Amino acid sequence: MDRVLYISRGELMDLLNAFVTLANFVIVPATAYGAQLALGALGVTLIYGILRFSNFAHGDTMAFGTMVVILGTWGLQAAGVSAGPLPTALIALPLGIAATALLMLGTDRVVYRFYRAKKAVPVIFVIASLGVMFITNGLVRFVIGPDDQRFADGARFLISARDFRDMTGLDEGLAIRSSQALTVVVAVIVVAALFWFLNRTRTGKSMRAYSDNEDLALLSGIDPERVVVITWLIVAALATVAGTLYGLDKSFKPFTYFQLLLPIFASAIVGGLGNPLGAIAGGFLIAFTEVTITYPLKKVLEYALPEALEPEGLVQLLSTDYKFAVSFVILLVVLLFRPTGLFAGRSV
Amino acid sequence: MTTRGILLFGLVALLFVGTGFVQSWNVSLTILNMGLVSAIMALGVNMQWGYAGLFNVGVMGFVALGGLGAVLVSMPPTGEAWAAGGVRVLTGLVLGAATIVAAILAWSRLGRYRGWAVAAILLAGFFVYRAVYDGGVERVEAVDPAVSGYLGGLGLPILLAWPVGGLLAAGAAWLVGKTALGLRSDYLAIATLGIAEIVIAVLKNEDWLSRGVKNVIGLPRPVPYEIDLQQSADFQERAAGLGVDVVTASSLAVKLSYAGLFTVVLLILLWLAQAALASPWGRMMRAIRDNEVAAEAMGKDVTARHLQVFVLGSAVCGLAGAMMTTLDGQLTPSSYQPLRYTFLIWVMVIVGGSGNNFGAVLGGFLVWWLWVQVEPLGGGLMDLITAGMADGTWLKAHLQEAAAHMRLLTMGVILLLVLRFSPRGLIPER
Repeated sequence: MDRVLYISRGELMDLLNAFVTLANFVIVPATAYGAQLALGALGVTLIYGILRFSNFAHGDTMAFGTMVVILGTWGLQAAGVSAGPLPTALIALPLGIAATALLMLGTDRVVYRFYRAKKAVPVIFVIASLGVMFITNGLVRFVIGPDDQRFADGARFLISARDFRDMTGLDEGLAIRSSQALTVVVAVIVVAALFWFLNRTRTGKSMRAYSDNEDLALLSGIDPERVVVITWLIVAALATVAGTLYGLDKSFKPFTYFQLLLPIFASAIVGGLGNPLGAIAGGFLIAFTEVTITYPLKKVLEYALPEALEPEGLVQLLSTDYKFAVSFVILLVVLLFRPTGLFAGRSV
Repeated sequence: MTTRGILLFGLVALLFVGTGFVQSWNVSLTILNMGLVSAIMALGVNMQWGYAGLFNVGVMGFVALGGLGAVLVSMPPTGEAWAAGGVRVLTGLVLGAATIVAAILAWSRLGRYRGWAVAAILLAGFFVYRAVYDGGVERVEAVDPAVSGYLGGLGLPILLAWPVGGLLAAGAAWLVGKTALGLRSDYLAIATLGIAEIVIAVLKNEDWLSRGVKNVIGLPRPVPYEIDLQQSADFQERAAGLGVDVVTASSLAVKLSYAGLFTVVLLILLWLAQAALASPWGRMMRAIRDNEVAAEAMGKDVTARHLQVFVLGSAVCGLAGAMMTTLDGQLTPSSYQPLRYTFLIWVMVIVGGSGNNFGAVLGGFLVWWLWVQVEPLGGGLMDLITAGMADGTWLKAHLQEAAAHMRLLTMGVILLLVLRFSPRGLIPER
């Protein structure tokens, strides 16, 4: 006897509702967060590839860049300039990148260049980066204070939950905040530009050559100081963009940016330190795991499962307070089973 | 110790005596007590960094675990909470641990499909664990949440908590070291950074264990209470004999007793650390630090020795953490900040002289004194700068408020300057 797979209209609607709920609370926020982490991890991984140390000041560099952008935004708002539906912060972004670039080049000249000339071991660079972190952190708190700052303006939603419900007739809404859409668009542009630069331009190729084999690169006449300067400039841009997007999406608080170090490093290591593609994959992997595990899946399962199987509890696997534990556990598992990362980074 | 070392220690002693005369002896002793604790933490970090070149940025986590040890040992048990769900919480934790052990066993014993088996064990174990554990936690936390709502401790003397705090920290260090050691040096740094954040998150959120952000207050003391001293006739007489009023005298006496206890611990640890450094074991550690490849070629098990010294150093940090919580008389999880409990300790070690135990101890005292004193100095400086400005202007208010953040900046500058111009520190390793 033939069995026909038959889904009633009600069941189909339930499945659609389940998917929309999942998209609304997990997929959309995790995509935005993943893009922010990926941009941060790209900065860490580039410094690792070219300068060969883990930069602990990266979180605070992001905070510094964002701070300048916020100050610029306030200035522009006071002058009555706005970008229409887009956040004013986008106009202030170049200012933030320029200021961060100056800071990066300044610290490189004052701090790191000395150790580079001495060929110090990597861990000395790491400690120096701790000092830089202290100073940057102090500077940020000194200028803007340790409190929360919100600086998002322009249109709040690309699609609001209500519009979506009216449009589709489903029970559940799907809201896409403009900051989330903006994050993804900007991240795609930045990453595309970065890969074009690294793979197609002469300077980008010289950077990759330097990263692969320093001695050989020197023999071929590549100027190491020039490579280093360009790396810092790119890192300044990446950090400022990542920080600003994160601040627009959530809010700006210096301590939160320091805490972002852990997921960012986890992303870079999971993908393989020194490997830009890996950093992006790592960022999304960490973000999706973190959001899925800390979101209560009750509603999704209620729609997706038949009534008999519906869960009683919230099905929140881990409280949001432990979101750092997620990055940490992923990091440990990768270190245990694949210390070079999923995409074969450089050394163990 | 060299003449230079003795001179420097004399100078630091002078700072504390000067504080006593200029500000007050109470302030000076308060700084000294935390200075003693900081010196012990610096000693622990120096074992890891100075002896072995291991980079631990999770000092805060180990210190906090020591603090948890103090609570778990010294606070009286909450009978009601134990009756309500204590056993259930512990059963849940045991089930969770059993799941992980089963998963590890499955991974090492099974051949094909072991990935699936491990995933299945972890998933099933997780839900069983949550089912048992969550119910227990809920019941424990419902017991009189305003004053208790946690399981309490064992009700033992708090001095016992110091070694227990060290053991807790050692356990966590073993877990991290086992995974991250033997890989690149930066990986240990990142793993320790992570464990520190997680320890703090656990302390803040597991109310049944540590009351979370409601804090555990009123830990028992190893020294007498001021109020008892003030009421004792004998003490009143002696204070009058010295010409000090009773309240000040009692406060000084309590601080001095703490200082005495801490000094004993510091001296014992310092003696042990010096003996270890001078022994064949210490020479081996330094040989490994200076050239891992050569040491390995000589048959030394580099990773195992690293793990050993990492666990030892973390245990010392845990011990210091338990002492600090004892001194404060309370566990306040939200007060643990990485800048204060991790990076400041690093500044102490680097400034004092990495690889030299006396250097680390000196750094502990000196940097702690600076850390406390820079804030009023920064405030004074800001007052001076803003003196010419009109009251109530935006800039003046902002600058005065921002003075509090001066010390981060100052510590960063000190760290970079010492690292650059005197990388071996104030008292260099011989």
